[in-house]
Amino acid sequence: MGDVILKMTGIEKSFPGVHALSQAQLEVRAGEVMALVGENGAGKSTLMKVLTGIYPKDDGKIEFFGKEIELRSPKDAQDLGICIVHQELNLMQHLTVAENIFIGREPVIGPFVNQREQNRMTTELLESLNIDLNPKRVVKTLSVAKQQMVEIAKALSFNNTKLLIFDEPSAVLTDTEIDDLFRFINQLKADGLGIIYISHRMDELKRISDRITVMRDGQYVDTLVTANTDIDEVVRLMVGRVIYEEPRTHSMVAPDAPTVLEVEHLNSLDVKDVSFHLKKGEILGFAGLVGAGRTETMRLICGADPKDSGTIRVNGKEVRIKTPEDAVRNGIGYLSEDRKRYGLCIGRSITENTVLTDLGKVSKGLFVNDRKADRISQDYIDKIKTKTPSTRTLVRSLSGGNQQKIVISKWLFKNCDILIFDEPTRGIDVGAKSEIYHLMTELAKEGKSIIMISSELPELLRLSDRIMVMCEGKVTGELDIAEASQEGIMRFATDRNVGVSKNAG
Amino acid sequence: MLGKKINLQKLLAPVVLVILYVLFSIIGNGFFTTDTLKTILESSYYIGFMAFGVTFIIITGGIDLSLGTVMMCSALLGAYSFKVAGWPLALSLVLTVAVGVMFGLVNGVFVAKLKLPPFISTLGTMMMAQGVGSIITKVQSQTWPTSTDPLGGWFKKVFIRYNGMPVGAFWLAAFFIIAVLILHKSKFGRYVFAIGSNEEAARLSGINVEKWKIMVYALSGFFVGMAGIFYAAAYTTITPGTGNGQEMNGITGAVIGGVSMAGGSGSMVGTLIGVFIMSVLKNGLASCGLQAPWQTFFTGLVVVLAVLLDNYRTRAANRVRKS
Repeated sequence: MGDVILKMTGIEKSFPGVHALSQAQLEVRAGEVMALVGENGAGKSTLMKVLTGIYPKDDGKIEFFGKEIELRSPKDAQDLGICIVHQELNLMQHLTVAENIFIGREPVIGPFVNQREQNRMTTELLESLNIDLNPKRVVKTLSVAKQQMVEIAKALSFNNTKLLIFDEPSAVLTDTEIDDLFRFINQLKADGLGIIYISHRMDELKRISDRITVMRDGQYVDTLVTANTDIDEVVRLMVGRVIYEEPRTHSMVAPDAPTVLEVEHLNSLDVKDVSFHLKKGEILGFAGLVGAGRTETMRLICGADPKDSGTIRVNGKEVRIKTPEDAVRNGIGYLSEDRKRYGLCIGRSITENTVLTDLGKVSKGLFVNDRKADRISQDYIDKIKTKTPSTRTLVRSLSGGNQQKIVISKWLFKNCDILIFDEPTRGIDVGAKSEIYHLMTELAKEGKSIIMISSELPELLRLSDRIMVMCEGKVTGELDIAEASQEGIMRFATDRNVGVSKNAG
Repeated sequence: MLGKKINLQKLLAPVVLVILYVLFSIIGNGFFTTDTLKTILESSYYIGFMAFGVTFIIITGGIDLSLGTVMMCSALLGAYSFKVAGWPLALSLVLTVAVGVMFGLVNGVFVAKLKLPPFISTLGTMMMAQGVGSIITKVQSQTWPTSTDPLGGWFKKVFIRYNGMPVGAFWLAAFFIIAVLILHKSKFGRYVFAIGSNEEAARLSGINVEKWKIMVYALSGFFVGMAGIFYAAAYTTITPGTGNGQEMNGITGAVIGGVSMAGGSGSMVGTLIGVFIMSVLKNGLASCGLQAPWQTFFTGLVVVLAVLLDNYRTRAANRVRKS
């Protein structure tokens, strides 16, 4: 391992009302991957924003290659060779790969951009990084993984990059894409770059990192050498408490539980002849690779997209679902993986979001009874233990886990009996995850029926009573939890030839 | 501490209004009189109604460029039905409002059902409304009754001034309260904010977004029709082919009042204050001997400053949230 290139010590940062960083520290050596972990709100992102010059620090010292540095703007950091690949990609979707990489630094002939030279430089850069991409491709036609490669290439095109920060790069990637990313990171490592890698996925840490720095509540907790550490130890340090880990061995559904939802021969562009059923009090997992058509199927059921054909029965009665309004009326609530885009009005308060699904319930005639709405939203905050200063707090200021709880409150308030969770713990830290798991189990016990799409196999195995597996728009397998295993699920998930439609069990 | 700060920010617009008023009272020539106050009020009526209407639309994330010509069209057709077709004045007033609502519905259907961008669809109706007014009146100017007219002489007394009393202000106040109740207290208002904040999330929550958006445009149309009545009461003669540019008065009022063009935030009080700021500025500058070009210039300046200030406020508010 190389010399220490970055040393941050005693970093302090406060925002009005929040002490975001208190005596935070971090050290990175040349040629190592330093993983930075912690729950949401632990201060990882704030620390990285201090390091990249987005926020000025209140106090503390940053040493880079032994020299103390002051960062006044992102440009300062970039000039020093500190670059970040953001979790949310910052590419201009309508421009080409080459245009994105060299934006603001285009090679020119007089007043004109030298397109040919720009493309040549891009090809050279991409080749040196072993990325197989056409510089003339328009970015929006690339997969998310490829777009991320473009981001990385852009970060490295500033010749002097010495420290590269990845902010949750794997959150949007499939397993094979993650393999590519890791191979790539290892290559950068070998070139002597220092790398900071932020992630919520514990299984990745072992594979990619050399050392792990744990933060909690804005403070430095410990730095561990990955090879001598087990993941449980890391998790324990992160949350400072024991995690709810109870793998499920058998279905908890009563054998005589009535069927609440039946879907038959559902078809659309991305969904091919999908049929399944859901019982009362059941958690039905949906497994599959990204693009298997799971989200698309659920969007048909909740009326978000129009279906070409197929029937849906709720409690034995056929229902017509053309809009989300129809679905909600039939007690079907959809909790999207992208909460900010599809689930919440993040600029509005917790109360407004909670009661939005059924304003009539808190209204007298035309007018909303705000006091009643606040009281109800407080009840849900207490019931599912949402962490927030008040009911009038804007949803935007909550952490991912707590935002997810607001979405859940919304549907509980509407009294939906069928809840469709699409990646319920995406972007949520470990501690909050177990709370969400617990909550989902409780809901099922109370008689709610749950469909859960998840790309995390351990999550599926821990929560589901039964698992449907999809591949390329088709249902390829159905497993009772007693017989399900990661290997079994993966076999069906990659089963591209079989179009087995399931037999109701 | 945080709450106090936000309250201070909310007070900013009214404070600016008071400062402007005091400033012009000191430097203006004959500004600090009841007459000027009445003039300020009276030049706010029709702009106020337009601004109330467009506030709903802007909060949903839309825009309405047809405010001005629709207002003229409704005033024009109202006068035509009264003078040329010989309708009773009360019925003509109903028609005036109905024309506004009708164009609002058309906008609503274009935007919500046919998924046209609000800018485009209201650009279209802006021209259509101007055309409709000219076609029906055969490009003849139309007049509303003056207070001495035997027929309908009550028109101005009811809507503008009665025995020196600015009765229009009561109308404006009454409809302001109605607008506040609708926007901030009713279910409809909640949906307006929800749609503006995140339309897709609102739709997936089971809200019939199309229906509510049509209603938003129709409601705005109602206010524009009301604006038509007050424009008529203030200016009596309506000329076909005019109205272009009036929409900017309404939109500017809302924007100065802090309604975000991105949708999802804004308040009716803000809009009302924005309208008064414009009016005080206009009359104040006139009292300093500065004429229309200067008034336009300064109003433009205020728009930019107001939005700058608003950006700064939002950024300050965002900085509070932990990252």
